[in-house]
Amino acid sequence: MDISLAIFFVISAVTLVACGIVAFSKNMIYSAFALLGVFAGVLGLYILLSADFVAIVQLVIYIGGILVLILFAVMLTTRIDMASGERRLVNKAMEPLAAFFGIAILGALIWKSFFSTHWTVSRVFYGPTTAAIGEKLLNEYLLPFEIISLLLILGLVGAMVLGRREVK
Amino acid sequence: MLSDFSLVLIFAIISALFIFGALFAGRFLRPSDPNTVKSETYECGEKAVGPAWIGFNIRFYLIALIFVIFDVEAALIFPVAAVFKKWIAAGQGLVALAEILVFIAVLVLGLVYVWVKGDLEWVKKFAQEHRNTGT
Repeated sequence: MDISLAIFFVISAVTLVACGIVAFSKNMIYSAFALLGVFAGVLGLYILLSADFVAIVQLVIYIGGILVLILFAVMLTTRIDMASGERRLVNKAMEPLAAFFGIAILGALIWKSFFSTHWTVSRVFYGPTTAAIGEKLLNEYLLPFEIISLLLILGLVGAMVLGRREVK
Repeated sequence: MLSDFSLVLIFAIISALFIFGALFAGRFLRPSDPNTVKSETYECGEKAVGPAWIGFNIRFYLIALIFVIFDVEAALIFPVAAVFKKWIAAGQGLVALAEILVFIAVLVLGLVYVWVKGDLEWVKKFAQEHRNTGT
């Protein structure tokens, strides 16, 4: 058997097992730590897909940033291990509405990407992609690139406004 | 490219084997003689009091959040840096510089915002608050 195919199956198995631990673990902290396995497994899949830049971004942002953020959130929350999972909703109608829109948007995205993907790959090309992405960002996708910075600053200010109230 | 990453994979496998091999070997080599004092939680020689889950300062979370924002910014600057030399050679260095400066300037505004609002302060603000309330 092709060695990269074998590696693909091992990485997929590790990712799926870690996903299972995240979803089904009774202890919140185990779930948070199992996320490391999920992120690392997805990183491996990106590399096998020849997306080296996305893989490194996965390492820098998801493993180095988001995971730390989630661990902080779990550890900072007092008595999260005793949380019953009950929640109070301000507006009862919001729950099914949010679920409907979530499923609709996600379903449409999966549907579209499923039918717009060429599933048969004739030749796999492994090469560095960072420079090509840089060219696209400066030329074709310049406006989205600049809008990303606006989105980031919105997220920053919004999080600070919400978080500051808790600190005081 | 894939062979470079296979090197990383080999390193990861060896380091994982090293950790689990050492722990596995230690399990068989060490003597096992537990008693009540030995099994207590070690807390720098002090007697451990209360549960391990205490409410930490939420500032840890806010700082981590600021870090993630600027982490994303740094990750997006990398591809531009990779082609910057090529753009200079093509005589369009200033265009690329202007484009990336606009991107960074917007985020510097965010840094100025959290700085001015005192979200990056850690201890000083608490001391001031205590002084103001007279405790």
